[in-house]
Amino acid sequence: MAQRGIREYDAKRMLARAIGEYSGGKFRIDDRLVLVTPETDLATVEADHPWLAKERLVVKPDQLFGKRGKNKLILLNADLAAAKAWIAARMGKEVTIEGAGGTTTGILTHFLIEPFVPHDAEYYLAFTSSRDVDTIHFSPKGGVDIESVWDTVVSIDVPVLADQMQVRVLPELPDIPHRETVAEFIQVLYRIYVDYHFTYLEFNPLAFFRGRLIPLDTVAKLDDTAAFQCAEKWGEITFPRPFGKAMTKEEAYVESLDAKTGASLKLTLLNPDGRVWLLVAGGGASVIYADTVVDLGFGGELANYGEYSGDPSTELTYEYTKTLLDLMTRVPDPQGRPKYLLIGGGIANFTDVAKTFTGIIQALEEYKDRLQKNHVKIYVRRGGPNYKEGLENMRRLGERIGVPLEVYGPETHMTRIVSLALEEAQR
Amino acid sequence: MRNDYELFTADTKAFIYGEQLRAAQRMLDFDYLCRRGEPSVAALITPERGGFEKLFWGTKEIRIPRMTSLAEAAAHFPEADVLVNFASQRSAYDVTVQALDIPTIRTIAVIAEGIPERQSRRMAALAKEKGKWIIGPATVGGVKAGCFKIGNAAGTMENIREAKLYRPGSVGFVSVSGGLSNEAYNIVARATDGLNEGIAIGGDAYPGSTLLDHLLRFERNPAIKLLVCLGEVGGTKEYEIAEAVKEGRITKPLVMWVTGTCAKVLPGQVQFGHAGARADTAAETADAKNAALREAGVIVPRSFDDYHLKIEETYQRLVNEGTIVPAPEVTPPNIPLDYAQARAEGLVRRPTHFISTICDERGDVHNYCGVPIDRVIEEEYGIGGVIGLLWFKKDIPPYAREFIEMVIQIIADHGPAVSGAHNTIVAARAGKDLISSLVSGILTIGPRFGGAVNGAAEHFLYGLRNKLAPREFVDEMKRRNVRIQGIGHRLHSLENPDARVELMKAFAREHFRATPLLDYALAVEAVTIQKKGNLILNVDGCIGVLLVDLLTELKFTDAEIDEMIRAGLFNAFFVLGRSIGLIGHYFDQVRLEQDLYRHPLDDILYDVPPAPETVG
Repeated sequence: MAQRGIREYDAKRMLARAIGEYSGGKFRIDDRLVLVTPETDLATVEADHPWLAKERLVVKPDQLFGKRGKNKLILLNADLAAAKAWIAARMGKEVTIEGAGGTTTGILTHFLIEPFVPHDAEYYLAFTSSRDVDTIHFSPKGGVDIESVWDTVVSIDVPVLADQMQVRVLPELPDIPHRETVAEFIQVLYRIYVDYHFTYLEFNPLAFFRGRLIPLDTVAKLDDTAAFQCAEKWGEITFPRPFGKAMTKEEAYVESLDAKTGASLKLTLLNPDGRVWLLVAGGGASVIYADTVVDLGFGGELANYGEYSGDPSTELTYEYTKTLLDLMTRVPDPQGRPKYLLIGGGIANFTDVAKTFTGIIQALEEYKDRLQKNHVKIYVRRGGPNYKEGLENMRRLGERIGVPLEVYGPETHMTRIVSLALEEAQR
Repeated sequence: MRNDYELFTADTKAFIYGEQLRAAQRMLDFDYLCRRGEPSVAALITPERGGFEKLFWGTKEIRIPRMTSLAEAAAHFPEADVLVNFASQRSAYDVTVQALDIPTIRTIAVIAEGIPERQSRRMAALAKEKGKWIIGPATVGGVKAGCFKIGNAAGTMENIREAKLYRPGSVGFVSVSGGLSNEAYNIVARATDGLNEGIAIGGDAYPGSTLLDHLLRFERNPAIKLLVCLGEVGGTKEYEIAEAVKEGRITKPLVMWVTGTCAKVLPGQVQFGHAGARADTAAETADAKNAALREAGVIVPRSFDDYHLKIEETYQRLVNEGTIVPAPEVTPPNIPLDYAQARAEGLVRRPTHFISTICDERGDVHNYCGVPIDRVIEEEYGIGGVIGLLWFKKDIPPYAREFIEMVIQIIADHGPAVSGAHNTIVAARAGKDLISSLVSGILTIGPRFGGAVNGAAEHFLYGLRNKLAPREFVDEMKRRNVRIQGIGHRLHSLENPDARVELMKAFAREHFRATPLLDYALAVEAVTIQKKGNLILNVDGCIGVLLVDLLTELKFTDAEIDEMIRAGLFNAFFVLGRSIGLIGHYFDQVRLEQDLYRHPLDDILYDVPPAPETVG
């Protein structure tokens, strides 16, 4: 992982804390923020945050999706009672969001409450990073879809080796009121952007009111690999999953297995009625197996994406395989067609192939009857240390459990078992 | 002077940063397999210590120097121009920046995963500024067939042999993923005359060198005739390759595939295993990139399933055209199997030199005589239970554990005047450390100091086993002029009994099934007190006889009990218990800042003759 979206609440909390120090006390960002979660007791929330009862409020979901105005998911200039009622009506509800990349459906679980701020001007400000430069984007026309006014955006590139203290924004800014203040504010935020290992930070709009700059809608990503340097700066931070479908029970279980170990276990269920199931070793190989199923025209039949790697223990591979086999063999194909289990992988560097197959073989043995009932055909392909023994064990397993099973080694192209299975499926 | 397109040759020397002996050995094995004249590892850089490390060169052992800093290593070995940087995620950046500043180092492979992107970007920019090469981060590295191998690249010797990496072929391969490089080398070996060079640039968003950087290098290398590349969804670097082909900067045939075409059927934005493998825009998708490459004239298969066929086709065309003269086959030398591997594969055996039957530290949880330590704690074995496991190899009942702990508590200290404590105090006051002071005290334990426990056990056992009536026993000892050990006390007497002895006796009577040796000793006591009121069974005697009774309780045979006594069991209890007191005396003296002890002269009788006896 690396670039991870964070909640608007966390981004503003961090900026509010940092900006005083970074600007020598010159700038301030309001730190009055409340994140309402399913665990929050709405009835007593003002006890910890007395300002809620005194201020006019803004409420919006805080779950890594934008265009909340367009999706009618923002409440402006409300009192506390209205805010509570608005949240209560939406908490735990499923909504469909229209975004740039199509629609996404998910459950609302997190809301941000802030004081409502009247303001004069709305700017656009964003910081982005690419290989050689960071780029500061500014437009006097904020608060709208920035793509529609992109010609008003000025972009300032800062080379990655440049001294941040020397960055001067002023000469690049268009003619706006309080130009100097805005320039200095941007320079301070940029220094925070760098020091805090943000990889993306966008304010749309950045409001201006009585000499103060106020970030309204904020989108931020952090580089989570910098956690070892930034624990203090970031404070307690979570990296939420992108908004969308909740995890299935099985996906959550695999995630919990993954969290327990230094090895990697991943499972995404795509189509439980699909007939092609992947049990693939290695991050790189697993993508290629899924690619090949899709590229050969069977994307609709691809049941899952997943991988195991980093030498998981026999127990973990057993649990992982069982989870997969359980999903795969719940209901036979309504037309009685066979299902295909592809136990694939490239040539391992140092992992003992026979050892990693032990857990898989145990689980297959246990699911013997259900595999037969579901007309499962198994294809195996793997190479690496001790692969001959591993493949031989698989071959013997096939005979023992009476499930058709074909076994291939490094002499066969890695994805050949995909085409073999799909050719057979087409017959 | 080597060509600028050549990062590695058969003379390349490298430093390995980090405690990576296996990687170093793998590099040396590769060198040996390639019949290099000299090993490629100039030195290991380990800040913790210098000196040398022994590694194998074929069957022979050679010394590889360890250096504590990069600067020192570079000064000693100016010919080494590669750094294989195994420093952790936290320090890899600093090490890399240091290395970039060293003029003799030209290529740095950064292995660590999870280096912050800003640091990776800075490393890449610095390298570019200085005209140097970074491979990685987050990579296994790469291999130059027949010449040089970075760290753990290319896997086991078996993989290397199968993929014919011991001699150069005609193919330059570069990929993002290191995990798939073995697979790729296998594909190349089967479809062509073999790999010339293979590089994995690493899966991070900002690798120090890009796919294109290496392809351009391969383009300039006349030994490489065919370019093969494996890209990935995410980022836009593959478009630069398409551009380079269009602009004629890449003219050699290039077979390339971008993985991640399945992203379109996956929900939302999927982050694959690699940090860089995520499409944020349509242009970053694998489909778009494959199409752009195909359009630019790159040979792009329909799917990965045809990848090897395209490589083979293109290679055959180049052979037919005469561009490639297939590299001749050579037979590489044998690399002896490592003992550990051979053993794992059941190929060798060897008698062991050690045996342990009381504990095993190899599992997840260490165990004491088969009982995992967590269970020892959970089930409250206590010090007594642990002694049962490690000394007796028995899971002893709670009352036995309690009795042993009682003994240790009673033995723990007998005041500063006894010889052990005295020695410890004198040593502590001489400024010696804890261990020396403790040992100085312990070394007095033996036949005289602490020996009464042992002696008492032996004496009473002798009487009991030989069925001597108590009076007969006392008489025989008197006849033999042996003082019965464990009998007699300075202060205590029948009227004024020792509370410690009473406690132990009461405990044993309550919990032990039987106390034959204690009963015998008390019968002897009944005889001796007739002579004098203070000739009672004392604390040493009581411990001695009850420990023997305890061993009987624990189903030890007479022969086993004798063996334990001969092995010093009673001294063992004494050393263990008394160490508690001796350590206390040491701390006491240190806290009191006591000065060097010097014995008062008036406490010494000086009786030195005026002259020695003259002999001979």
